[in-house]
Amino acid sequence: MTERMRLAVVGAGPAGLAGALAAAARGVDVTLIDAAGQAGGQFYRQPAPALNARRPEALHHQWRTWQRLSDGLARHLAAGRITHLTEHHVWCVRRESDAFRVHALLGPAQEEGVTVRADAVLLATGGYERVLPFPGWTLPGVVTAGGAQAMLKGGLVLPGRRIVVAGTGPLLLPVAAGLATAGAEVAALVESAGPAALLRRTPELAAQPGKLAEGAWYAGQLVRHRVRTLARHTVVEAHGTDRLTAVTVAALDRAGRIRPGSARRIPCDTLAVGHGMLPHTDLAETLGCTLNGTDVDVDAEQRTDVPGVWAAGETTGIGGAALALAEGHIAGRSAAARLHGTVPDPRTWAAADRARTRLRAFFAALDTVYAPPAGWAERIPDDTVVCRCEEVTAGEVRTAGPLGAADLRTAKLLTRAGMGWCQGRMCAPAVAGLTGCPLTPGRRPFARPVPLGVLANVPDDETPTR
Amino acid sequence: MNPLELARARPGETCTVTLDGRSVEALPGQTVAAALWAAGVTAWRSTRGAGRPRGVFCGIGVCFDCLVTVNGRANQRACLVPVHPGDVIRTQEGTGRVDD
Repeated sequence: MTERMRLAVVGAGPAGLAGALAAAARGVDVTLIDAAGQAGGQFYRQPAPALNARRPEALHHQWRTWQRLSDGLARHLAAGRITHLTEHHVWCVRRESDAFRVHALLGPAQEEGVTVRADAVLLATGGYERVLPFPGWTLPGVVTAGGAQAMLKGGLVLPGRRIVVAGTGPLLLPVAAGLATAGAEVAALVESAGPAALLRRTPELAAQPGKLAEGAWYAGQLVRHRVRTLARHTVVEAHGTDRLTAVTVAALDRAGRIRPGSARRIPCDTLAVGHGMLPHTDLAETLGCTLNGTDVDVDAEQRTDVPGVWAAGETTGIGGAALALAEGHIAGRSAAARLHGTVPDPRTWAAADRARTRLRAFFAALDTVYAPPAGWAERIPDDTVVCRCEEVTAGEVRTAGPLGAADLRTAKLLTRAGMGWCQGRMCAPAVAGLTGCPLTPGRRPFARPVPLGVLANVPDDETPTR
Repeated sequence: MNPLELARARPGETCTVTLDGRSVEALPGQTVAAALWAAGVTAWRSTRGAGRPRGVFCGIGVCFDCLVTVNGRANQRACLVPVHPGDVIRTQEGTGRVDD
C-alpha cells in the first residue's frame, strides 16, 4: 500500500478552505493549519464559541457559502481526510529535499513550537490592512476598519458609540454597514475616491453584476441607517489627547488635492480607517518564491515557482473572498493531481478559472479607483509618528532619502522605521511614500516573533535518506 | 441593538478580571481587547519613547499596538489572548519588563 500524500494548507480562510476541501476530496491527506481557534479566516471570522451566538450570520455576507465550506470541512474531518490544527501560528516553512516542514507556535502564549511535515504546501495566508498616517492616527480610538470588523465578528463588541469610517477601498462599505447594523452610530463614511473614478472604469465593473449588487446592497444598508457618505473626502487629522474625540475631514479636488476651506470637524469616539490591503507573503519569501510587486507570483495552476508550493487568495494579490475561493479550489485540485504524479486537466476547473479571470480584472479596475489620494505622503506633517512601534516621525523618515536610502531596508537602518515589533508591516507603505523607495515585501526570515527557546529546539536539517 | 443582541448571543456567566486593580466584567470567549472595549477602555499601554497611550489598532495580531501585561506576562497581544476568570491585567508601560 502506498503512503498517502500530505498537503499542508496554511490559513483556514476562504482560499485555504477551498484548497483543503478540493485536495481532500481527491485523496490527499490534508493538514489545515491556522492561527485562529476556528476556521473562517478574517472574512468568515466566527464569534468565540463561548459567546453562544445563535445568529452569527447577522454579521456576515454570503453565509451560505460559509455553510457549504464549514459542512465540507466537518465531513472531511470526520472522515479523517483533513486534520485541522487551530491556534497554530506558522512562523516559517522550510523546504528540504522533496518535502516540507511547517514550523508553528502554539496557542495565545506562542512560546511552544511544533513542526508539521508535508509533501507539498498551499500558502493561503491572506492579507492585512494598509493604513496611511495622518496626525492623530496613533490615538486610542483610531483602529483599522478591518480591525473594528474583526473585533465585532469575533468578540461581538463595538469600539465605541459614535464612529467615523474613513479611507479608501471596497472594505469600508461592509465595515460601515456592519457597525451601524450592530448598533453604532456611524457619523460618516469618508471615501477619498469619487464616483467619477468609478464611472470611468464602468466596463470592468459592469462585468461583475454580482459584485455591483453587493455594493448596492451595502449602500442601501447605509441609507437605512442614515449614514452620511462623503465621497472624495479624506481624514486630515484625528483629535484628542489620551483618546479620540473628533476627526477633521476635508474635500478633495479632482486631482486629489485638499480643497482649501473645506475642512470640517466631526465629533466621534472611534475612527475606523483603512486604505486597502496588503498580502501576507513572509512564508512565500522565506521559501524563495518569486514575488510580483507585493504579491506571490503564481501560474495558471496557482503554483509558485518553488516546486511543491502553491499559493491562493489574498497572498497572490488582494481580490476578496470570491476570488480566494476560486484560486483555492484550483490550487487544491492542481496540488492533488501533482501529488499523485499526474498532470491536471484545467478543463475540470473551467468555472473557477472563468471566475478567477473576471474577478482579477474587476479588482484590478477597483485598485485604480481606490488609490490613495494624490499627495498623501507630502501632507504628513514632520512631527507625525509614522513607525508606530519605534515612534519614528515623518520628519525623521524624510531624512533617509538624502542620506542615501533607495530601498526600505536602508531607510530602516538609517531611521529605525520598521525595526520594531511589527517589523514594518504597518509603516512600510508610508516609509515608501515618504522616501520615494519602492514598496517591496519585507524579506523577513520569520513570519512572527519566535522565542529563542523555540528556535534553539528546532531540529537540525535531516540528511536526505536517499 | 447591540452586537450581542444582533447575533442572539447567549454567553455563559460573566467573569471578573482586574485592570490595574479595578474590576472589569468580561464575557467568556472574548479576548482581553474585546473585554476591555466592552468596558469602555480603549488604552492599556504607554509607548517606550514618548509614553503615549495605545490600545487596539489592527485587531488581528499584526501591529503589536495592543500589547498588555496579563498575569505578570508582558507583551501579550490583547487582541489574540482570551480572558480567563480572575485574570490580572495591567497597563503596560515601556517594554513591560520590571528591569526596564
